[in-house]
Amino acid sequence: MTALRYGISDTLVLAKRSLLRIPRQPDLLVGFTIQPILFVLLFVYVFGGAIQTPGFDYVDFLMPGIIVQSIAFGGFVTALGLADDLKKGLMDRFRSLPITRSALLTGRTLGDVVTNIFQLVVMFTVGLLVGFDFSGSVGEVIAGIALLLLIGYAFSWVFAFIGLSSSSPEASNAYGFTILFPLTFVSSAFVPVDSMPDWLQPIAEHNPFTTMVNAARALFLGIPAGNDVWLALLWTLAIIAVFAPLSAWRYRRVVSR
Amino acid sequence: MRPAAGGEPTGSVDTVQAEAAVEITGLHKSYGSVQALRGVDLRVETGSVCGLLGPNGAGKTTAVRILTTLLLPDEGSARVTGLDVVRDAAKVRARIGLAGQYAAVDENLSGFENLEMVGRLYHLGRGPSRGRARELLSSFDLSEAADRLVRTYSGGMRRRLDLAAALVARPPVLFLDEPTTGLDIRSRIGLWDAIEALVSGGTTVLLTTQYLDEADRLADRIAVIDQGLVIAEGTPDELKARVGGERLEIHLCDGGRGDEAVAALAAIASDRPYLEDGSVRVPVAERRGTIAEAVRRLDDAGIAIDDISVSTPTLDDVFLNLTGRSTEPETEEAEVAVR
Repeated sequence: MTALRYGISDTLVLAKRSLLRIPRQPDLLVGFTIQPILFVLLFVYVFGGAIQTPGFDYVDFLMPGIIVQSIAFGGFVTALGLADDLKKGLMDRFRSLPITRSALLTGRTLGDVVTNIFQLVVMFTVGLLVGFDFSGSVGEVIAGIALLLLIGYAFSWVFAFIGLSSSSPEASNAYGFTILFPLTFVSSAFVPVDSMPDWLQPIAEHNPFTTMVNAARALFLGIPAGNDVWLALLWTLAIIAVFAPLSAWRYRRVVSR
Repeated sequence: MRPAAGGEPTGSVDTVQAEAAVEITGLHKSYGSVQALRGVDLRVETGSVCGLLGPNGAGKTTAVRILTTLLLPDEGSARVTGLDVVRDAAKVRARIGLAGQYAAVDENLSGFENLEMVGRLYHLGRGPSRGRARELLSSFDLSEAADRLVRTYSGGMRRRLDLAAALVARPPVLFLDEPTTGLDIRSRIGLWDAIEALVSGGTTVLLTTQYLDEADRLADRIAVIDQGLVIAEGTPDELKARVGGERLEIHLCDGGRGDEAVAALAAIASDRPYLEDGSVRVPVAERRGTIAEAVRRLDDAGIAIDDISVSTPTLDDVFLNLTGRSTEPETEEAEVAVR
């Protein structure tokens, strides 16, 4: 029982520390807010006119995709933070303290959930301003939000692994973008998959990100989802099941550089 | 600076009294083909300060990382307060403090928040963590800066905070990995005072350093480590004795009479006197009375003295003597200059 209580307390103490970083280094907020807002404006007003989305207004097509993308990227704070702890020697301090194994990681990923909520508020506001139409039922929208937060949490573990595996905060940033950009763009987030070349379509079709975006789109717009919601949930859980143990394994071995 | 650590006796009385605070036997560790430790043995008695002295890359940090459960050894064993660092890692962590070469404090937290967080992570509870944080901040002259973000701190302040963080839970054994590397002279002396205050409180300290004067000042015993092996061990005086004790350096008014001076002083020398850089060097076994005796003998021979001094060997001489190499003094100076 004590172990569980310590585990929760350690996680909360470290989540608080992870969150305090944001108001104290406000330039991090650019990544959460200004960047996705710019993306929305670019796609809606610059590219949107050239993209055909049969059956959808482009704003309605785009917003769920761009929200899933920004949520997936939200975990970069974890990658940066862990890479920074490695660089500054804090990792050695934490690992030499009698804290619950991996509380540093659960604390960070939990902190990301809070930043993800903040991101959702920003993105929903922007979406409403550019004319996104939530036509899903209240239940569907709530389910959509829950799914998004779970997706964000899963990607935080991917970023945790990246942060623990890269040689510097800058490198972790580069890895994160190199891996996540193709994943999010070769998907149904910005354009319909059947507008892509034949050879690319199967890749985009089977991209888990496509499934997640389709699920979010179905829930927010209240259109039939097929298996997308369940498949998205399954993918999300699979990512956690793979990357949480991988990160924990890295954490047990890393020392500061 | 006031004493920083409450000198609480080692946590548990049930561990055998005569047990060493740190005991390392046959420790090996390799990174790929690089052998960082090649069979290190070391014993640090409870309540003593051991200086692990060696140049960059000698294996000091690797040894500390194994002792603080950050790295697993390939071979050999290491015990801290009788607990095995591999099997009882979790218990070891509750009994040690670590302050590293980089001041491992969070720049985006205030000094107070840093120490409070560490207290919470040692499971001291919220109230006691805060009380302890305030107490340590005042011991380390950081009270005024308590609520400022650490990124506004100077290098010396960060090191003091780092040391304070290592002391939050009053650990019986403290590991200091190059605590003053990169600090300016004033900050180094400030940190030395703090460490000395700690030691008088009964904490066992294992300190790594590449500064010879630091080991000399702080350590009861010194282990010289080079290329993954302990190549000498003893008190600072024992190590100095190895390079032949003290010597007189005499500068003559007339440099041309050096050979006469050597002849006149041979009887009081412990080894043959010799000429170097225009002065006469006389190795002596016993300092007492030798200056007067040397002056008398030279006076008798009618040789005028310009200057006379006693030089004590430094640990740098020890290192040179043991390994045939210097401890790369240029690098040290460069590091001091950067700060």
